[in-house]
Amino acid sequence: MYPANFEYVVPSSLHEALTVLSESENAKVLSGGMSLIPLMKMRLVRPTTVVDISRLPGLDTITDEGDHIAIGALVKHAETGSNALIREYATALAQAAGVTADIQVRNQGTTCGSIAHADLAADQPAAVLALGAVMVADSVRGQRQIPAADFFVDTLTSALADDEILVGIDIPKGGRSAYAKLGRRGGDSDYPIAGAAVWIQGTDGSVADARIAVTGVSSKPYLASAAAEAVIGGNGSSDAIATAASHATDDVVVLEDLYGSVEYREHLAGVYVKRALEDVLA
Amino acid sequence: MEISISVNGTQTGGDVAPRTLLVHYLRDNLGLTGTHVGCDTGYCGACTVIVDGRTVKSCTMLAVQADGRSIETIEGVAVGDELHPVQEGFWECHGLQCGFCTPGMIMSSIALLDNNNDPSEAEVRHGIEGNLCRCTGYHNIVRSVQYAGAKMRGEDPQGASQGVSS
Repeated sequence: MYPANFEYVVPSSLHEALTVLSESENAKVLSGGMSLIPLMKMRLVRPTTVVDISRLPGLDTITDEGDHIAIGALVKHAETGSNALIREYATALAQAAGVTADIQVRNQGTTCGSIAHADLAADQPAAVLALGAVMVADSVRGQRQIPAADFFVDTLTSALADDEILVGIDIPKGGRSAYAKLGRRGGDSDYPIAGAAVWIQGTDGSVADARIAVTGVSSKPYLASAAAEAVIGGNGSSDAIATAASHATDDVVVLEDLYGSVEYREHLAGVYVKRALEDVLA
Repeated sequence: MEISISVNGTQTGGDVAPRTLLVHYLRDNLGLTGTHVGCDTGYCGACTVIVDGRTVKSCTMLAVQADGRSIETIEGVAVGDELHPVQEGFWECHGLQCGFCTPGMIMSSIALLDNNNDPSEAEVRHGIEGNLCRCTGYHNIVRSVQYAGAKMRGEDPQGASQGVSS
């Protein structure tokens, strides 16, 4: 399978990349290509211009910015999964990155690329939702910040405009987080049939604040607010965790496919909310 | 577009269409047909090559993305007639049946052992999670990798490859 023909542009600066995007009718941004190239090979996407940002300087770093951690657009899953700052301050994202797809994909694909692609069953979106991350979108019109809660619009649809590049993610420090999933090939390999990321803030077992995000079960990754409310203000008891798990799919339409029925996915969503909560409260 | 890629230590290059996939550049332009096209969708790993020290699936990378980089393929792992320890392991432990997945399996195993030359059975299985064997011959593949690890550590490889649970 070959992609359809396209014009290949290697910009020498972010500004040049954004300019090409703003002037093109049907351009796509290429970094690791783990989502874009398969789509192009299957001719589900036929961009006239491909803007390869993978060699742009300065976008491949993870930095401590005081009150938050900043992840650049070109940071690959393998780096996100093993980086000490991410493991400490954004544990759920490190765990998600470590179980995304397989080793070859983690070596090539980027954290920001996965998020921009907005697959309904990707691992990263659940983590950034739970962590309350902020997406940094850039265009020739200027830079803007998009809260994770507003970023995932629908299946394969994010809040990014056609002329914008997701240049980074800012993750606020504070709290503890965890991610757990069941992969399509069993264990944690491949896309999640259901996965959950949780973030809590509190001391001595008390839960002052919490966010719980679920992926793989509905048309987009979502914040399960009823589940979070079940643990906020409590002491992380097993009863509270069980109540949270029972609200994992409140207010969403659960999808089914060859990997799992509606009933199975509803069950799994609760199981992985419970496991992620137990991990973070342990 | 003009590209220049080091393949198995030899500088290669030429004018390629941007849509040319790296696996087709290796097979069709360079005649290096040891790298296989399996599923062509990014799942099976038969096309795995090592780019700048890290495994990637060459059916899901454009040749132009590899411009200026250094690539190792299955053709580059033996030294003359002397097999790489991983190749020897697959030979000795019957790590292949039809052999179609073998080049990719070997490249992933080399990358695994470069990071950890004494992997547990679980670590071997995790390390080749991106490579599928349609013959389902994973048991002997795991033994082959453990054989190679022992050989690379200077231990008796026959002993190390025994006792892997099925």
